[in-house]
This record gives sequence, C-alpha cells and structure tokens, in this order.
Amino acid sequence: MIDLLSPAFLITFIVGCLVGTVPLMLAALGETIGEQSGVLNLGIEGMMLVGGYAGYVATLSSGSSWLGMLVGALAGAALSLVIVVLNVWLGLNQIVLGIAVTLAGGGITSVLYDQLYSKTAPRADTGGALKIPGLSDIPVIGPSLFSQPGFFWVTVALVVGVGFFLRRTNWGLSIRAAGQKPASLDAAGGSVMRTRSQAALLGGAFAGLGGAYLAVFATGAFTPFMTNGLGYVAIIVTMLARGRVLWVALVSLLYGVTVALGTVLQLTSLDIPTDVIGMLPYLAVMIVLVVFARSVYISPALGAPYTRGAR
Amino acid sequence: MDQPAPPLIALRGITKAFPGVIANDDISLDIQRGQVHCLLGENGAGKSTLISILAGLQSPDSGRIELDGETVRIGSPKAAMDLGIGVVHQHSTLVPALTVIENLMLGERGLLQNRARAIARLDELSGLLGARIDPDAHASDLGLGQQQQVEIAKAMWTGTRLLILDEPTSMLTPQAIDSLAESVERLTAEGLGIVFITHKLREAYTMGDCVTVLRAGRNVGHISTERMAELSEQEAQRTILTAMFGDDLAAAGGLEEAAELAGATEAERETEAVDFATRPVRLALRGVSTAGSTLDAVVHDIDLEIHAGEILGIAGIDGHGQTALAEVVAGQRPAASGAVTLDDVDVTGLGVRGRQTRGLRYVTDDRLHEGTVGSLSVALNLMLKRIGQAPFWRFGQIDREAVDTEAMNLIAEYGIRTPSSATRAGTLSGGNIQKILLARELGGGANVVVVNKPTYGLDLKTVRLVHDLLAEFAAGGGSVLLISTELDELVELSHRIGVISRGRILGVVVNDGPTTAEKVGELMIGGDHDGE
Repeated sequence: MIDLLSPAFLITFIVGCLVGTVPLMLAALGETIGEQSGVLNLGIEGMMLVGGYAGYVATLSSGSSWLGMLVGALAGAALSLVIVVLNVWLGLNQIVLGIAVTLAGGGITSVLYDQLYSKTAPRADTGGALKIPGLSDIPVIGPSLFSQPGFFWVTVALVVGVGFFLRRTNWGLSIRAAGQKPASLDAAGGSVMRTRSQAALLGGAFAGLGGAYLAVFATGAFTPFMTNGLGYVAIIVTMLARGRVLWVALVSLLYGVTVALGTVLQLTSLDIPTDVIGMLPYLAVMIVLVVFARSVYISPALGAPYTRGAR
Repeated sequence: MDQPAPPLIALRGITKAFPGVIANDDISLDIQRGQVHCLLGENGAGKSTLISILAGLQSPDSGRIELDGETVRIGSPKAAMDLGIGVVHQHSTLVPALTVIENLMLGERGLLQNRARAIARLDELSGLLGARIDPDAHASDLGLGQQQQVEIAKAMWTGTRLLILDEPTSMLTPQAIDSLAESVERLTAEGLGIVFITHKLREAYTMGDCVTVLRAGRNVGHISTERMAELSEQEAQRTILTAMFGDDLAAAGGLEEAAELAGATEAERETEAVDFATRPVRLALRGVSTAGSTLDAVVHDIDLEIHAGEILGIAGIDGHGQTALAEVVAGQRPAASGAVTLDDVDVTGLGVRGRQTRGLRYVTDDRLHEGTVGSLSVALNLMLKRIGQAPFWRFGQIDREAVDTEAMNLIAEYGIRTPSSATRAGTLSGGNIQKILLARELGGGANVVVVNKPTYGLDLKTVRLVHDLLAEFAAGGGSVLLISTELDELVELSHRIGVISRGRILGVVVNDGPTTAEKVGELMIGGDHDGE
C-alpha cells in the first residue's frame, strides 16, 4: 500500500483531477453559451464523440495535437449545424433533435473507428507536457499542475474569456437576452436567429474541444462511446451554474476530484470493487443535484423556438 | 409661398389582413412634429397591428409610409430604429434578469460594451424624462412607473423623431400617470412626434393634441388639432364616442353608458353600499402564506375578510402574488401556513372539489389554458368542474341529454354566442370564453367567487356585461374577491380595495369617495419604496 500523502500519490491525484475536469469544463462552457442563448443542446454527447474522433484522427495523421484540437472544435461546430438549421431556423423540437444528434454522433464514430482503427488501436502522440520553466520544479504541484499539455492553459484562458465574453461584450449581452426574452432582443434591433445560431455553433465547437481533449490528452486514444455520459453531466453542470462561468469551473473541478479519487482508490490496497469506484463521479453529481435541485435554473426561453410576432 | 412642411409621418392606405380578419383596412393618417396624436379604439380595433407596422414587426399588405415626405420601407425593428421610430410596447420588453443599463445597451453594435457612454446617455435622457434611475438596478426590481421610464429611455436610446406609446397608462397609478404626462410634455417641447394609444377617453382628451379613432380596422373619425382646441371636453367626447361605437352606440346602452365604459370620466363606485356590521363574514384568510419560486407564486401572511354581498378588490402590479392569492383561496395551491375559513368552517385542508361543493368558485385569468379546454365542446366546458356528479353523470356514465339541457340553459342565461353547445370552445372569441367561465362558476349554488383579471383583453360591451354579472352576484348576497390591474374597474365595483405588492397586502382602502384611486395609488407607491 502506498502512503496516502506521499508526493507520488498526490501527483497522481492532481493529474487525475485535471484529466477528469478539463473535458467536462470545456463541454459545460459550450453548453452554457448555448443555454444562455436559449438553445438546449442535448446533442452535446454526440458532438463530444465526433470532436473526440476527429481530434484523434487529425492528431494521429498530422502528429500535431494542436491541429487535432482545432479539427475537433471544427467537427463539433459542424455537427451543431444540424441544431442551427433544424431547430434555430426551422423550429424543430430541441429534445428530439438533441437525442438524434447524440445517437448519430455515437453511431458514426464507432462505425468509423471499428472499420479503420480497431485492429491496430494506434495511440496518438500528444507531444508531451508543457513544462513551465521554474514553476515545474516545485515539488508536487510542479510535476502535476505545471506539467500539463499546452492546451490545458488554453482551457484556463477560455474559461476567463467566456466569462468576460458573456458579461462584458455586446455579443454576450445579446446572447443572454436571447435566452431570457427573445422578443426584447428582436425589438431592440438584434437578430434572435443570428445570435442563437452563433451561440449554438460556439457551443458545438466547445463540445468538440472537450471530446478532443478527452481523446487526445486524457487517454491518447479514441474508443467508441468513450464519453460515457460526460455530455449529460455537462448539461447538469450548466444548469447548476446558471450562466456563472466560475461555477462551471468549480462544479467541473468537483467532478474531476471524484474521478481522481476513484483512480487513487484503485491504487490503494483497500478492497473496494471497481464498479463502486466507477460509480463515484456519477454519485457525486446526483448528490449535488439533489442538494442544489431547488436552485437549478433554466433560462425562461430555453428550448422554445422563436417566431417574431407569435404570442 | 413655401409649401407647408410635410408631416413627420404619413400613413397612406395601410391595409393588413390576417386569416379571417382585416386588422387594418385602408388607414391613412398624418402625425406632426411636436404633437401628441392620440389613437383611440376598442380592443381589436386594429391599434396594435398599426403599431406593429410602424415598429417594423409586421409589413402591410398594401399602402405606404412617408417619413418627412419620402416613402420608406420599415422591414424590421432595426429599420424602424434607424428611421428614428421608437416604440414603448404595451407589454414590457425589458429583460427582468438584466440590469437597467444592460437593457438599454441591448442591440448596440461593437464588441465591447461601452458602459461609460451608456451611462452618460442615460443621464441625458433622465433629465429629459424627469426621472432618476439607478443604472445597476435589475429591471425586475423596479416599480412599474420606473420600468416605463426605462422603456421610454430605451425607445429614445438612439435619438428618436417619433415615439409611440402603446397603452402606457393601463397599469399605472394616478401619480405615475401624472409624471408620464409631464415627461410627454417635455418630449413634445423638444419637437418629437408622439403617438399615444389608449382606450380611455379622458386620457385622449387631456393628453392628445389631436385624436384619431379606429373601429374594426378603419379610421372612422379624426379630430384635428384646431377642432380639438375649439371643442369643449363634452363635445369632443361626444364626437369620439359616436365614432368609436358607431351603430353599436345603442347596443352599448346609449351615449352616457358608452362614455362611462370608455373611461370618459373618473371612475366611481356603482355597486350598492354594504353595511359590514350587519353582514356575516363569508370568507376569511388568517395569516396565509404560500411557498413558490416566482414572485407571483408567493404570498406572505395574508389577513382578509370578505362579508356576504361584498366585493373586495385587490389592486396591484401584475405578477405580485395575485395568482398565489387566488389559487390558495380556490384550493389549487396549498397554504404553507395560516388558515382559510368559509362560513366559519376551516377549509384549509380541502381541495378544489371540496371547496367548490361548499360554494367557493374561481374564475382564472388564464381563461384559454387553465380555464377551458379548447378542444372540448362548449357543453363539456360548462360542466368541467362537475364531472362525475349527478345528475349529469350516473354510475360513471355521462348523461348527454342532461348535460346538453343544462348547457343550453346556461348559454341562454349568459348570452354565450356559439353556433351550438357541441361547438369546440377554442373556436369562440375571448369574450364568449369568459362568459363560459362565468356561467360555470357563478351558477349552481356559488356564494363566494374569486375572479382574477376578469375583463383583461375583452371588448367594452363584454366588459360591461362582466361588470354587471359581478355586481348582480354581489347584490344577490354573493361575495367576490376581485383581483384586477385596472384601477377603474376596481373603483367601479369594489366596496373595499386592498393593495398587494410582493405577496403582501399593504393595506385596505374603503371605497367611499372620489379620493379612493389616489389612496390606492399611494399604497402602491409605498410598496415600491419598501422594495428598494
């Protein structure tokens, strides 16, 4: 049995935390942007899978994880075009569409993977960690927090950026108004269609990034249905955070902590069945949901297609 | 000599049809700079459609709009704004969750918000409107008068030439109406054209420089500025009323009745006086509170008593717990604490059916969704709250004949205009649907009835009918809890008026003289200050 407070243990724990947190955080950021504009993206699971697959393939063939992330984002955005066209423009039901996108995303990626890679199961080369000079020499947090992939720091920047974007830009203001009271945005001379389309595309891109991070950096490989419900967890995180980006980060981190706890529990010699350990993150989400269910908040216009003049 | 300057805006032959109805039929009118142009008409006369066309929300089927003599096309709200047309819509367009300054900046271009410039602009407009507004207050925390000032500021945000006010006074206190009138005066002095839409005659006379009357989508009468100055108030009213009602004037009950309906005079109580000392208390609420997540779903510590034969009015800004109050009395919402008693019997634990059989009824304000089932027949809708009861149901089987007979009686008694009792309720007009609700709730052993906004959106003739029904019900010994946002209606019908704000009753005013409206207004304003 390893010592619970040994540096090796703590490093494993922190790394595990971040690996669990980042994909969820990216996806939940995207879902937040979408939901703030009134688009409930239930297809996020499918977008993450497509983003993950595309990112994996791009990293594999180009050798650049940066290009992989970019392709992952583009793939997520491309899949969200389905939501943009069928829901935002044509007013089809968001729930049905979301489920369709999730099923399609999962199906397409597993068929492609099975046909092309299942025999060889190649691992993507992520190009190693970005060691921050100086800081990475600090004991414990140096080899964990400050030796993350470069994209980890991009994610941190994105969290701050999205927070600023939603609060302090006219674009963000339009997005929030579109989710709260689309008729007001329309009357103020903004375009509800355009605003929601942009938000849905951005949301898809973030979901794609989340999936790509999961495939490229967290595991280094794609496996069919690897998100395992992470997209739905992102939807829950979004509803708990109510548009507050700091909360998105904190709740995602909480999820990451439980994931890491599961990992380290497996390292200890405690006799806990792995199934129970695998349950932990979901259990944590359920407990948080039960405790905070009363404050779960949904934008008033969430899920409702907008038609000018309709009352 | 020069040609006379073209009007600020000229409408020429505007026509707009919707399936089954011609909302605007060849309407032409001129709006001048520096004048208040009153647009008067009943619900459904086509005022809202005309405003939607000017605001760029609808496009006319035919006709053209000239701005300063040049034909323009207003294809979108954005285009209207660019032309300098600002609209204050009847229903608030403020986003409650955003702050005042965020609401004002909404729709601005550029990536970054320019807060400093926005606040400077708000200061400038505040001076013009004569109102100070905290830029960082949430819109949902403002009183209605202040919300409206923000709406006007929003309409004028980008520099307006024409300001359209759609029914701006319908929910304001008398004090807030006065300050609105002052703001309007300052704006016209600046050279703005103002279109003022109302269905109240006395406002048209006091606020308007000239008046246009719409009826059934047509421009049926115009009083020019010069004529308006010549006419006495009574003559002007007579002219307007004749135009407003036309041949229906007789049906509306003659000129005087019509004048009263159209709000020509200050409202005063028309129901008979009630001596509370000699009347038993029918319905009593003692310390009743409810739990809920929205402002409208919560009341705190309500104490009310309604006597036999009394109409107790509840005034207040829409959405301040009126729904909770009505539902907790009707039994649709549980009381978290406190007790509801009916004829001294505690009914707090009873549900809707239990209270209903004891004679407590509820006419909801959501008459289309909660009140009726659109896809069911008129007859079944009339029976909706007696499903399963004898003699209309026997051993779980509906007795169609008995239901039809009862329905035909009610249809005749309440004058419900329907092709037959089997017609689907959803195809009837709002007024007739309201009659179905009243027939269902007021008949058959009712002795206490809760009515929520009973005349909202109805035409004046139906309004009068509803008022008469309620007054009759009370005269026959029934008790009414009348919840309304129309102060005039409350003053006309109620014996006492309570004011609700943020789920609390702030006070109850006895309706015994011409100062009732002011007293109620003072209570409402007091409530606003409490919340700040």
